[in-house]
Amino acid sequence: MEGVADIRANGMWVIATSFLVAMVLSVVTLPVSMPQEVGYLRPEWVVLTLIYWVIALPHRVGIVVAWFIGLIMDVLLGDLLGQHGLAYIVVAYVSQNLYQRLRMFAVWQQSGIVFAIVGVSQLINFWIESIAGFVDWSLWYLLPSVVSALLWPWVFLILRYLRRVFGVT
Amino acid sequence: MLGLAIVSLALMSVDHLTGSLDNFRSIMTVLVTPVVVVADSPQRTISGVRELVATRSEMSQQVDELENELLLLKAKTEKMASLTAENNRLRALLGSAGKLEDNVLVAELIGVDPDPERHEVLIDKGSREQVFVGQPVLDAAGLMGQVIETGPFTSRVLLLSDPTHSVPVQVARSNLRLIAQGSGASRQLDLMHVQGTADIRVGDLLVSSGLGDRFPVGYPVGVVNKVEHDPGKPFADVTASPSALLDRTRHVLLVFNDEQVRGSESDGRSR
Repeated sequence: MEGVADIRANGMWVIATSFLVAMVLSVVTLPVSMPQEVGYLRPEWVVLTLIYWVIALPHRVGIVVAWFIGLIMDVLLGDLLGQHGLAYIVVAYVSQNLYQRLRMFAVWQQSGIVFAIVGVSQLINFWIESIAGFVDWSLWYLLPSVVSALLWPWVFLILRYLRRVFGVT
Repeated sequence: MLGLAIVSLALMSVDHLTGSLDNFRSIMTVLVTPVVVVADSPQRTISGVRELVATRSEMSQQVDELENELLLLKAKTEKMASLTAENNRLRALLGSAGKLEDNVLVAELIGVDPDPERHEVLIDKGSREQVFVGQPVLDAAGLMGQVIETGPFTSRVLLLSDPTHSVPVQVARSNLRLIAQGSGASRQLDLMHVQGTADIRVGDLLVSSGLGDRFPVGYPVGVVNKVEHDPGKPFADVTASPSALLDRTRHVLLVFNDEQVRGSESDGRSR
């Protein structure tokens, strides 16, 4: 007999590990020989992971999880506390509203939506940073969402494979 | 959703306008330290492997070079000691405080801010080693920046080249005082408000002036590499290249200026 708690707790470590890997990837040090502009090509790993889990398991990964992950990212990146939290709850909210449609889409169509969602989260981050007086606008800010959209099919396939292998429901 | 959004906005305002969340943040940095260390491991491995595969002859050549350098530096230090003593005697004659030697702590870089717009790095020393916010950071060649956030094991350093960073400097040749501001490019500093008639040339060395009581006096900051005077503009367009290897160094020095430490302990100004 399986209790409700058992079902809810299954494969939690898979989700946690995937977010941890995404966080590592988003701060991994680039070789010093590379020009710093290469940093703009870095996809938003955490947003991609978040979108995947919200689409796959909307009853488990939602706005609250997104907010706490955002808080960790703020500490990791030394940003204002709550900045990524705000961006990620919008990501989670939009994905949660679209998940039934997104599941029907082909992967490349999902990429288009992912482009928009990552773009919105970038925009929120940019607004907050510019209000706090840290940055000037440059078109470079759009590049991560393009790269993220291009990478989405692979992230999607890998995470779906992991989810099926470990039976995370 | 709305509730969390409001909480976020409130947190951000409090964090931006006051320093009351610094303790919370410093505790949280302990939690994310493993992530930072793992993220830096490829870099570490690359340099480790490079050391492993270095041949014996390369190594002995390197040792020779280092020994030569050490000898040169020792000779310089000997001269420095006598000069410092003389300088302190002269200062005593003038009735001003003698300049104490700065204590330093060596730290290693463990992370770089992934946002190219921000020139911030993480180092592996924190408040447990008495690192404090505002502490000057050097590398072997010159001033690098200052500590802006400390956790128990790590600290975040704002580099000179960050657009939000400025450092008071002095032209070593003419003693002209200026402000060097970060440009956002890691190999350029902008000098602000330079008069068209100011005595400054390409090749001039800029050293920290110590004004503002944040950076110690006399550390090299950069070398002037462009002086352009456009009659249409109120100020000359002067840039410098930083002396420190801001984007390449992996080892940095944290300066403990005795005056500063004493000043903060007695909860008064040092002068």
